[in-house]
Amino acid sequence: MDSVDSVFYTDRIGPSSNPLLDQLPSYQSLLYRRKSSATGSGTKRRGSSRTHSTSSWKWKGDRVEETPKTVSLERTVRELAKTMEEKRRDNEQRMKQDQDLSSWKKWRQHARRSLKRMKEDAVELLSRLELWRGDIHVIEGMFGTGILSYFSFLRFLVLLNFIIFLLMFGFVILPIVIAPHFSGNTTFNLYDGNECRYYPSTSRRGLVVFHQYITDVLSGTGFLEETYLFYGYYKVEAIHYPRITYNLPLAYVLVTVTYLFLSLIWIVKRSAAGFKRSLVQDEDRFQSFCNKIFAGWDFCITNETAARLKSSSLLYELKTDLEEERIKQKIADRTRKEKCRIYVLRLVLNLFVVAVLAACFYSIYRATVYSQKSQMNPPANFILDLIYEYLPSIVITLANFITPLMFTLIIQFEDYSPAFEIRFTLMRCVFMRLASIGVLLCSLWSQITSCSGSTCPCGYNHKLYPCWESRVGQEMYKLMIFDFIIIGAVTIFVEFPRKLIVTYCDCGLAKWWGQQEFAIPQNVLEIVYGQTICWIGTFYCPLLPAISTIKYFIVFYIKKMTLVKNCRPATRPFRASSSNFFFLVVLLIGLALACAPVIVSIAQISCSQACGPFVNYTTSWEVVPLSVSQLPDGLRTFLFALSSEAFAVSFFVITCLAMFYVIALAGAHKRVVNQLREQLEMEGRDKRFLIQKLCQAQVTCAISTAAAAQSHSVRESQDHRGSQNYDNPGGVFLVQPPVSATHV
Amino acid sequence: MGTTASQLPKDLLSEYQELTFLTKQEILLAHKRFSELVAKEERSSNSLRVPMEKILTMPELKSNPFRKRICHVFSTSDMKDGSLTFEDFLDLLSAFSDSATLEIKSHYAFRIFDFDDDGTLDCRDLENLVNCLTGETDDTRLTPEEMRQLINNILEESDIDKDGTVNLSEFQHVISRSPDFVSSFKIVL
Repeated sequence: MDSVDSVFYTDRIGPSSNPLLDQLPSYQSLLYRRKSSATGSGTKRRGSSRTHSTSSWKWKGDRVEETPKTVSLERTVRELAKTMEEKRRDNEQRMKQDQDLSSWKKWRQHARRSLKRMKEDAVELLSRLELWRGDIHVIEGMFGTGILSYFSFLRFLVLLNFIIFLLMFGFVILPIVIAPHFSGNTTFNLYDGNECRYYPSTSRRGLVVFHQYITDVLSGTGFLEETYLFYGYYKVEAIHYPRITYNLPLAYVLVTVTYLFLSLIWIVKRSAAGFKRSLVQDEDRFQSFCNKIFAGWDFCITNETAARLKSSSLLYELKTDLEEERIKQKIADRTRKEKCRIYVLRLVLNLFVVAVLAACFYSIYRATVYSQKSQMNPPANFILDLIYEYLPSIVITLANFITPLMFTLIIQFEDYSPAFEIRFTLMRCVFMRLASIGVLLCSLWSQITSCSGSTCPCGYNHKLYPCWESRVGQEMYKLMIFDFIIIGAVTIFVEFPRKLIVTYCDCGLAKWWGQQEFAIPQNVLEIVYGQTICWIGTFYCPLLPAISTIKYFIVFYIKKMTLVKNCRPATRPFRASSSNFFFLVVLLIGLALACAPVIVSIAQISCSQACGPFVNYTTSWEVVPLSVSQLPDGLRTFLFALSSEAFAVSFFVITCLAMFYVIALAGAHKRVVNQLREQLEMEGRDKRFLIQKLCQAQVTCAISTAAAAQSHSVRESQDHRGSQNYDNPGGVFLVQPPVSATHV
Repeated sequence: MGTTASQLPKDLLSEYQELTFLTKQEILLAHKRFSELVAKEERSSNSLRVPMEKILTMPELKSNPFRKRICHVFSTSDMKDGSLTFEDFLDLLSAFSDSATLEIKSHYAFRIFDFDDDGTLDCRDLENLVNCLTGETDDTRLTPEEMRQLINNILEESDIDKDGTVNLSEFQHVISRSPDFVSSFKIVL
């Protein structure tokens, strides 16, 4: 209503409150919508009656209030923004209306209501079982939603890993374990004298020094190699239960495919909502300030210092955004010469980045080769052996520690906008981290598939790697363990002392260093890296999901502790919405990266002849076509039809058509939205123009009637003239109450 | 918890469940927290008003810059002193709960941000709002120049009909496109 007023004021003419404006159709519809769409008519009226108790154009009594009832009936009472008293009245009224219904309808409504109540209770019960509900609530209260999203992401990964573990356990490990108890008969793949079938035992004989056990546990060799932990132990060909034969190799391949698929679907489902939002956001970039102002405050913050920090970070953000706007203006004004200089500089710096990455990758490759070679030598020194074992992990961690520092230094010279700077550095770090795993795997495979002769008799380097899958599994196991150790060690030996120094040392250097910031992107990268390892490793080391579940479980507590004790929130906050989407995108990249090596090793590289469930097959995938050919006729033809080219091509074409349709639809929607927006603006302008005209007309009308009254004043008395002035035709028109437009 | 549960009759509880977005546990917790604010002998009556100063001592509201506005918006008192009854308090928690709809949340947000209660967000409201967000002291305020730029930007983004103020439907339109709002407009006991 003030909107109308202020429009009016801009013209600086006419009376202070004009009932005419109430009659505008747009205002009437606004009034109507406000009442019907659950906008508290009661409190609103009270609220405004305080400030404008004298103005005549307010809500026009109870007549209007009755109208929206039919509309609001469709929603439940609690979705109305009214006070409890009014909601109760509404509810009673509905009950009364319900009494007129037939008994069948009544019963159905009652059943629906109680069913809903039951569902709510069940949901509540389930949500209480949710992991870390209290912890997450505390974190939310102290640091806001940005950091909260990191922790809920961690929880999601714990759950995902646990499900993968259950899959692996239920379909691969459990059948083997329970076979003896259910009079199952297990057939093993036995050594038959073939050279390729020879698998030397790795468990240590004779007197074992204690520290060798530590080495074994840390690197998965020795006694650990011959356990359920690694691929090589699953030598089972089939398990014969009294009724059925369980095809373990088939189960192994299918579970692998299933867990990759499950992860993909789950992540995509989780990110779908965020993706939609970020699309909307991208489309309307102009809304950034509104987001910050209207949705800027985290109402869940309960901590005094956190609230102060939030205020200051908001202030900082607003200032930088305003600054950024000015910078953008500056960029737009750049001369051609400056542009050239910047592009050349960027090119050079990007080349430098590529060079750094190449150097890192080469050193990872060298370290892997060296570490593999030295593992073949007889053990000499405990510490040295352990370092050799962990050399690739150490190099990867070092590279991942140094390069981000370098990238943040470099990006300052590249002169991007601040928001883009952060995103670009992050993408470089993501690439670095995930590609380093890829490089490690590539160098491992180059070792496995190259033999001293020209061709490998067993399809791979059997002499050095009798069971190469177990070896890859060990590498993944080591990476996982080392990552975990690093997370723990950094917390205890770097972040905690830093906190102590900053708190208890008054020197300038410590003050400048400041307290640790909880940098969400880096932390997310860390856990995504771990998850990628887990995805790759699960095929070679079926218990890896269990380890990673436990790891993330502990990491949650470590991170919570370090957050609460050591850290302060980042000065440049991460928005919950954008971060959720960003996490899942990075995770998807990780999944894609994990899929590639697993698929290649299942379908392309010949599997070990000496160990594992696929001894009788050249590649692991072969078990699937073989099992399909044993299926009944109808099912087999159906599956063959599914995998035929005809089906693939037609499926592809249909998908393409559907996609084009959706793209066209999206384009059309966009155009309609733009048109509507333009129309709205036009109408706003029209309205203002009309109001101006009207006011001018009013004023001229008033002047003319006043003049007329003056000319008659000879016969009229002084006080009568006032009332006459009030009763002029324009005046009557003005004080008329809003007409029936509201009674729709 | 057992003693507080007995204080809230079962039919009343289920009615509250029907009328708000809160679960049973949340209502019971709210009742417990609310009765902690009240002196012992007064606890029996349901229509008791707790003055705003007492409500604001709750940690969930204490550090919130909009605490006074929240109390004023949800208060049904005729004195306009921001005092809350238990039912007002439940209304407050319901609007701020996880399961409340965007429409409810944006409606109450609008009223909280509408400092002068006139039904629109004008320049003064926006200035108040920004000052609340950035902190009240002088050194945390934006300069007048920055403030002007900021308010112009906000109005440019949200004021669709270009009348110089943001009305409820414009506000709801803007909020519906702001992804963080639902997750941040939340108070859980």
